[in-house]
Amino acid sequence: MSAVTIIRSKTEQAILALFAKHKDQLQGQGSFGSQRAKAFASFEQTGLPHRRIEAWHYTDLRSLLREAPPLAAKPASHVVQRAAEKNWSTDQIDATRLMLVNGFYDESISSFTMPQGVKVTDVYKALSDPSSKNFHDHIGQATQSSDPLIELNTAFMNGGVVIEIASGTKLDKPLELRCLVEGIDPVSMHARILVIAGDDTEFTLIESHQGPDALSYQVNNVVELFLGNNAHVHHVRLNQSGNYAVDLSTLAAVVGAETSFNTFHMVNKPGIARHQVFVKMQGEGAHLSVNGVNMLNGTQHADTTLAIDHAAPACTSRELFKTILDAQATGVFQGKIMVKQIAQKTDGKMMSQAVLLSDDAKMNNKPELEIFADDVVCGHGATCGALDEDLLFYLMARGLPKAEAEALMLAAFAGEAIETVENEDLRAILEAVVGDWLGQRAHHVE
Amino acid sequence: MAAVQDTIDQVKAIDVDQYKYGFSTELEVDKAPIGLSEDIVRLISAKKNEPEWMLEWRLDAYRRWLTMREPEWARLDYPKIDFNEIYYYAAPKMNAAPQTLDDVDPAILETYKKLGIPLREQEILAGVQTSKVAVDAVFDSVSVATTFKAELAKAGVIFCSISEAMREHPDLVRKYLGTVVPVTDNYYATLNCAVFTDGSFVYIPKGVRCPMELSTYFRINERNTGQFERTLIIAEEGSYVSYLEGCTAPQRDENQLHAAVVELITHDDAEIKYSTVQNWYPGDKDGKGGIYNFVTKRGDCRGKNSKISWTQVETGSAITWKYPSCILRGEGSRGEFYSIAVSNGRQQVDSGTKMIHLGKNTTSRIISKGISAGHSQNTYRGQVSAHRKATNARNFTNCDSLLIGDQCGAHTVPYMEANNASAIFEHEATTSKISEDQMFYCQQRGLDAEEATALIVNGFVKDVLQQLPMEFAVEAQKLISISLEGSVG
Amino acid sequence: MLEIKNLHVAIEDKKILNGLTLTVNDGEVAAIMGPNGSGKSTLSYVIAGKPDYDILDGEILLNGVNVLDMEAHERAAAGLFLAFQYPLEIPGVTTMTFLKSAMNAQRKSRGEDELPVAEFMKRVKAASDRLGIAQDMLRRGLNVGFSGGEKKRMEILQMALLEPQFCILDETDSGLDIDALKIVSEGVNVLRDSKRSFLVITHYQRLLNYFVPDTVHVMAHGQVVKTGGKELALELEASGYADYKTLAA
Repeated sequence: MSAVTIIRSKTEQAILALFAKHKDQLQGQGSFGSQRAKAFASFEQTGLPHRRIEAWHYTDLRSLLREAPPLAAKPASHVVQRAAEKNWSTDQIDATRLMLVNGFYDESISSFTMPQGVKVTDVYKALSDPSSKNFHDHIGQATQSSDPLIELNTAFMNGGVVIEIASGTKLDKPLELRCLVEGIDPVSMHARILVIAGDDTEFTLIESHQGPDALSYQVNNVVELFLGNNAHVHHVRLNQSGNYAVDLSTLAAVVGAETSFNTFHMVNKPGIARHQVFVKMQGEGAHLSVNGVNMLNGTQHADTTLAIDHAAPACTSRELFKTILDAQATGVFQGKIMVKQIAQKTDGKMMSQAVLLSDDAKMNNKPELEIFADDVVCGHGATCGALDEDLLFYLMARGLPKAEAEALMLAAFAGEAIETVENEDLRAILEAVVGDWLGQRAHHVE
Repeated sequence: MAAVQDTIDQVKAIDVDQYKYGFSTELEVDKAPIGLSEDIVRLISAKKNEPEWMLEWRLDAYRRWLTMREPEWARLDYPKIDFNEIYYYAAPKMNAAPQTLDDVDPAILETYKKLGIPLREQEILAGVQTSKVAVDAVFDSVSVATTFKAELAKAGVIFCSISEAMREHPDLVRKYLGTVVPVTDNYYATLNCAVFTDGSFVYIPKGVRCPMELSTYFRINERNTGQFERTLIIAEEGSYVSYLEGCTAPQRDENQLHAAVVELITHDDAEIKYSTVQNWYPGDKDGKGGIYNFVTKRGDCRGKNSKISWTQVETGSAITWKYPSCILRGEGSRGEFYSIAVSNGRQQVDSGTKMIHLGKNTTSRIISKGISAGHSQNTYRGQVSAHRKATNARNFTNCDSLLIGDQCGAHTVPYMEANNASAIFEHEATTSKISEDQMFYCQQRGLDAEEATALIVNGFVKDVLQQLPMEFAVEAQKLISISLEGSVG
Repeated sequence: MLEIKNLHVAIEDKKILNGLTLTVNDGEVAAIMGPNGSGKSTLSYVIAGKPDYDILDGEILLNGVNVLDMEAHERAAAGLFLAFQYPLEIPGVTTMTFLKSAMNAQRKSRGEDELPVAEFMKRVKAASDRLGIAQDMLRRGLNVGFSGGEKKRMEILQMALLEPQFCILDETDSGLDIDALKIVSEGVNVLRDSKRSFLVITHYQRLLNYFVPDTVHVMAHGQVVKTGGKELALELEASGYADYKTLAA
């Protein structure tokens, strides 16, 4: 084949080779195979997104992704055994747990029984099982087809989990989805998680990610969330990925009428992260709250990209993101509020605030409004700067050492976003993550 | 009440079907053959009696342009422009370069009179205007008259067409042309380098405060003609100038292209205040006709503590693609951008600014007010960046959009790039409509719906209107109000 | 002056006024009192012509002319003035500009000439001095950043300058401390004459101590359920509205 027109990066070539090698072994050959092929063809055409693509201007995957590690295989039993022994920051929380190891659901180390109204299906099995109707009906329905990360995930997905929550189900314990990367060789993973919740459901979903340090593995997970009408859903994503990890992830949600959805995202560990949240407010009168904290050090690069689509009237949305940057870290916040013409009486507000602690750190902020309805109140704000020196001086004049004074101010800064999390235990865990990060930083400073 | 009435008139003026500068002037015209080629570039250069280096500069730009692609990132939707269906040079036939206004075709003078632009100095002096404004009148591809040149020369100020500057002040032109907007900056700017035909040149010497306001009035008259003007303003150390441009074009069914380049340079402690009242023909209510306005405007604050301030009132054009920007290179320099962009009918606006902070202690301020009505799309796009060495850079941005009617769109796309910790950026944006309660309140006090809308809109844009220079407020008002004072004819 | 006959009004299918009938004579100050939710504010908005309401039946006559066919600004020009319970803010439009615009719009629609600027300024100065409004406030955006008391004074200032025939004061006393209440009441008292009528809507009678009404109407469930002299207000103050809440139910 002659590559006359398209110049591929080394990584892109490796990805092409991976697909060629695995496409016939991946699950769901018959029915799902053509979807896979279509998704991959689309990737083949565009390649890895780069800075000339508007949505990827600040996160150039073509230059950031230096390699394409082999696809993770279904973990062997001794790997699963090790996985069961891990400690998690959420261990004190009483939750129903689902465990994914290297992108594959493992029933044996997940909670033994599921609460009433909750049904769990392994995506690995569902892919080649036409009777898993809900999976096949919903897959890809919450996502924007043009997104390159989702296309890649669709092309390579081989594992994950489908969680169905029947209408009227109100869970008293949170559901926790634990995604663990375990191993000593770099691998890449493309798990797909579907959460299909009916009308009048109430639940909290925790998503925890953990992986080994000093291992350059790559994760490209996609979570699709379908929320019915009049549901109340809380979601918190904790990211303890390894420090060399490339963590790409997408949360795509469709929100029904009168439903409230509150989702919180923390990024502090991975070397390179792009975290996408796409929410479509499909039913009238829904309320959405998307918040997060990114704390970056060293040469970390973390990108949070939101697209909030007001596609129905009288919905409200609130977004608050805080970024703390030290050393040579790069932060990116892109947040778009879209208001369709039908979405009259929309009320949308977005805020991104960043603190730069080092002259070598960089912050790129791109909040965006795209409005086609006239009876709306929408706004966004963005600020970026160093810590307030007057306040710092005030605290130091009261006897606090500089590092402590800074930590106090930064904890308060991050705390504003953490306050949006309703669950007290989760708030405490998030505050502890902030505390640890600040503690380590203070250690470096002194 | 005057202020309210003015606003009502302005709001009426944005009704695209009421465009009142839409007349055309019948003239004998000297036109280059249609289309674009090296020969056309040579022809333009020859028409202007340009020096050889200028021709080479143009040809180089043309060859580079051929390898470039039209930018597609803006939120604009229009059919592909056929660059070979455009006349690149059209000038009213004149025996020789006009020495005085008496040499100018009376039909042209009449055109400017209809537009309310005084070209005869004695008329200006006898008129109601209390302060003098010097005007450079650019008609299609050429400058037809520049007023008050002699008086300005006494102060050492050079104000003339850029063609004349190339002949009379080649060293200055050569030193500065293309140094702010490089030849290959973007597709339209490169095209402009190849084919620009005229424009204004201003040079303010060290320590001089320009004794009067300067203005250029651009008029596109000929059919199928593109206007490619080039403006270059240089403010030497400690000098100051305030400059205004106005633009109109006849009402025609076809789209006409306007691709200008404006370069501003300020040295230490100098200040340029640049104001635009853009009212090119916007097309009719169904989107037929109208000017495609692709403009590159950039100022370079080269000197310490220098300042460049852009103020724009954009009401015209079918397509507006325009980002007047500031490169804040000099330590302590300051950039400002104040904008009112009104869109109606099928107009599409993608406009904003760039503030590039390179020097220490540089500051910038952006106030943008967008008003969308009808079926129009109005986008603010702005970039603020602080270089690694731009310590203590400061930016404040405020973008407000107002929607009138439920068929239009208002969009805000800011890019903020901070590359050092001491830079402080603040950005806020809102989108809303005029509230029904506000309307009722005004109506309860006796204002009808139109007056109430006008009053509230007036309040909405006030922060920007205040930035227009006092002397030009009258002229800007006049430029806008020509369209209202009934028919021309 | 103002006659309301059998007025039935609904908003979004919810019936608010149920056959309200009320007459206010030339020079009369009529107070409307009633419990929350009795329809008092709706009445003021309907008289002034707020568009959100459905008029199901009835008439509102101002000097014999049915105003229900008129738009809000036409009613204003005809002499109706509503002092809002919650005055609106208009950023960027100074109070001075607003006053001048409103005044001249009304004069224009009545076929009168614009007021000369000097005369306008003189009137504004006199009226604002009387209400203790500093001149610099008039150069700020209308009601933007004003306290509750300042906004209410601004309403009375507008009333004084626009010289309406029929004034509606909607809960003008709410949010005012005693000193502000006195200033506002004095401001209104000055405007009281044999040609000008007032409809004072209030939940409490304390405003009526300073701005004494000729008649007091009690409203409940969208109707006038009792009418009396100024002593009725004191009775209500003592006994409360409990009796009226059930009366028409």
